[in-house]
Amino acid sequence: MADYSIIDRRKNPSGKNLPNRQRFLKRVRKYLREQVREAMNTRKIKSKDGTDISVPGDGINEPSFDYDRSTGEWERILPGNKEFGVGDSISKPPNGGQGAGKEGSNSGGGQDEFRFSISRDEYLDLVFEDLELPDMIKKSAKAAVAFQRNRAGYQVSGSPSALDLVRSLKNSLGRRLALRRPSDDEIETLQMLIDTAEGEEKQKHMAAMEALLRKRMVVPWVDPIDMRYRRWENQPIPNAQAVMFCLMDVSGSMGQVEKEIAKRFYLLLYLFLQRKYDKVDIVFVRHTEVAKECEEDEFFNSQESGGTVISTGLDLVNDIINKRYPLDAWNIYVVQASDGDNYTSDNEHVINIMQTLLPKVQYYVYAEVRETPQQTHFTYGVHDTAVWTIMQRLAEHFPQLCHIRMDHVNTVVPTFREVFKREINQ
Amino acid sequence: MTEPLFSGSEWSYEMIERAIQECAIIAKEELHLDTYKNQIEIISSEQMLDAYASVGMPIFYKHWSFGKKFSREQDLYQKGKRGLAYELVINSNPCINYLMEENTACTQVLVIAHAAFGHNHFFKNNHLFKQWTDADGIIDYLVFAKNYVAQCEERYGEEAVEQTLDAAHSLMMNGVDRYKRPRKLSLLEESERQKERVEYLQQTVNDLWRTLPSHAQETPIEDVKFPKHPEENILYFLEKNSPVLEGWQRELLRIVRKTAQYFYPQYQTKVMNEGWASFTHYYIMNRLYEKGLLTDGAMLEFLQLHTSVLWQPAFNSPYYSGMNPYYLGFEMFQDIRRICTDPTEEDQEWFPDLIGKDWLEVCLDAVANYRDESFIRQFLSPHLIRKLRLFLLVDDARLEEYQIGAIHDLNGYKYIRTTLAEQYELEEWAPKIEVTEADIKNTRKLVLTYYRRKGRSLSDSWLNMLINIKQLWGHKTVLQTQRGNVIGEDG
Repeated sequence: MADYSIIDRRKNPSGKNLPNRQRFLKRVRKYLREQVREAMNTRKIKSKDGTDISVPGDGINEPSFDYDRSTGEWERILPGNKEFGVGDSISKPPNGGQGAGKEGSNSGGGQDEFRFSISRDEYLDLVFEDLELPDMIKKSAKAAVAFQRNRAGYQVSGSPSALDLVRSLKNSLGRRLALRRPSDDEIETLQMLIDTAEGEEKQKHMAAMEALLRKRMVVPWVDPIDMRYRRWENQPIPNAQAVMFCLMDVSGSMGQVEKEIAKRFYLLLYLFLQRKYDKVDIVFVRHTEVAKECEEDEFFNSQESGGTVISTGLDLVNDIINKRYPLDAWNIYVVQASDGDNYTSDNEHVINIMQTLLPKVQYYVYAEVRETPQQTHFTYGVHDTAVWTIMQRLAEHFPQLCHIRMDHVNTVVPTFREVFKREINQ
Repeated sequence: MTEPLFSGSEWSYEMIERAIQECAIIAKEELHLDTYKNQIEIISSEQMLDAYASVGMPIFYKHWSFGKKFSREQDLYQKGKRGLAYELVINSNPCINYLMEENTACTQVLVIAHAAFGHNHFFKNNHLFKQWTDADGIIDYLVFAKNYVAQCEERYGEEAVEQTLDAAHSLMMNGVDRYKRPRKLSLLEESERQKERVEYLQQTVNDLWRTLPSHAQETPIEDVKFPKHPEENILYFLEKNSPVLEGWQRELLRIVRKTAQYFYPQYQTKVMNEGWASFTHYYIMNRLYEKGLLTDGAMLEFLQLHTSVLWQPAFNSPYYSGMNPYYLGFEMFQDIRRICTDPTEEDQEWFPDLIGKDWLEVCLDAVANYRDESFIRQFLSPHLIRKLRLFLLVDDARLEEYQIGAIHDLNGYKYIRTTLAEQYELEEWAPKIEVTEADIKNTRKLVLTYYRRKGRSLSDSWLNMLINIKQLWGHKTVLQTQRGNVIGEDG
């Protein structure tokens, strides 16, 4: 009598609540969007975590009829009396007995805010939903290709190391059978007959033997025709990893506002790349007169004094690519944020190094970040900086170079979209 | 010498099987438990989280509020703020018990004793569960509900379904019959009834009716009161009488109402149900130990688990969050056993009926015939009141200070016992609101009456509730007090 059964449900798919969760997210979408946008300002670029979201109660309240705890008479039995006697009075906590109210409400009618977390993927979806990017991703990320050697059948010629013995000998056996090559057994038997036989009989056998041996000469045991070699084919595999260089001028002329603008752009591109590639490395390079690779915190937060020599940064990027990121294995993206200042004497060098650098990269964004000063309104047109002019000229020859200007945090997202729209049109 | 069920903390299928058999022997032969067939399901922690969100049910229709609940639970769990329950058990036949794979061997045995025998017996024997729930049909009904809601979403759109369900959900606590007993329906009957209802509606739709000239009222409207008697089941009333709801909307209301009804006994027997399950596991675990089926180490682990759940923090402790139903219930059943077998003079005075009775008979009778409110009213002893050091705090909104109304002394016992019992009445936290008047002949005004309890007002949520009810009724809706003072109206 088995009045029980045991079932292992662990293999059943979990995530039964996914549809429910999606419905819930849909319901709070309005708030999610706001908070995701906000999170972009504070979020670390490399952060792998989800994001905490808090939603005001009104949209997702589940009301029910409830008592107002601050009215009427409430008698409550409590455990753990230590010192009270009948008739004692205790003064109420100042804010109308809120502590008491918390315990009793069971349906959470009074919740002001609902907090929960969304996963990284959900976060990314929201960011890009906002940007309407998914289609752009497909078109813009050029599938740089690496090759992988895969077995692909056999071939009749090849290097000895690729010789497939089994396959070759199978062929040899088949050929020997088909052409009736005399076997060792046959010859041995005949030899015995020769040895035992006499006279004319022996002569006949000897002649037969001669014929057999001749045939053995003509039909070799192994023939070049039998040979089979393993064939390898180079199959293209989409390159699943990318590296993103964040290059930034951190000299005194770049203020915190400019950095904030640049950071947003970096963040967007990073998220964008993460959706496309399995693995995304990120390298931070800061430069003044000298360039240095550093961590994210240092990259955004430390200020340095000094002039600006852009080519030092470009040199370092180039070096790092040569040392660590072989072109056949990595898709390389570079975003350079600069205020457009550079030592005039360096400009020539910038052009040279860019010409070696640009062919290596998938995409190069030169972002000129300048918080527009008020006076600009009174000058006619915007002065093009020397670096801007250089980039403009280079862009004519290198379609992967893109130069943009940003002057306010609000312009980042539109600019980003603009950049990738341009990509599609090409 | 018997071989212990397990040593170490790893569990195996053989061990679980043996544990069920051994527990069953003790449960049947010594405790005379009468249980549904057990279906033990091993699940992962993610699946446990899933089960949480849909109120423990294995199948449920889709609704955003479950996603909200799930998000909250997941968050608390992932941030380490809350652990998961060791067990979850469903009032169905066969009785479904979830065991989490992360549990240690000792925990698994404990859970089996607690849920597969304690809760299971309670579900099968308590009168409320017998009356209000249909263990045989619940899974079928949930399947039906899930499919029906999905069909509605396909036909009428997710949004429309959501709107109706939102409104219905908010009335869940007002969607329970407390006095009438529903007839049991199988899934087949249920879907046939539903088809019939739809067909009937189809037949009665006749466009010609609209063309009939409205002739003057022949008989003057008699002041017929409708509904004849106040209807406490607001969902039921709306389902049957709302002038605006479509057939499928009525069916959705019905589904929500049915599920509310299914959970209704659980709200009312929390203390008893958990208390009885704890009492059962405590008894079984001790007996297993005496039989040599549990090692000393396992017994220590069990006691540690047991005491970490079954304790009552004092009112001023940071861990205090109301009375712990596990603890209160467990202690009460233990107390009944003590009174029957080893009564003091005080007990003889308070519980003359129990003296000399077989403790098991008394406990089984209590399980079968009481609910929290009556159980406490009947069995809470002065001994336990002293042990818990219970006292009565009176919070009168009109007064500046709280008053201590009673403590654990001769004058206070009865007062404390009655008040604690009252706290487990549904009305203590779910206000009583009834449909008292619906003018179906004329203005279609719907009147809901709030029966004021102890001078309490309704919380601000009534406004949203009124909007929800009006959405389902379609016409002017008024909420008033018993004296006829209008609290608010919509439409």
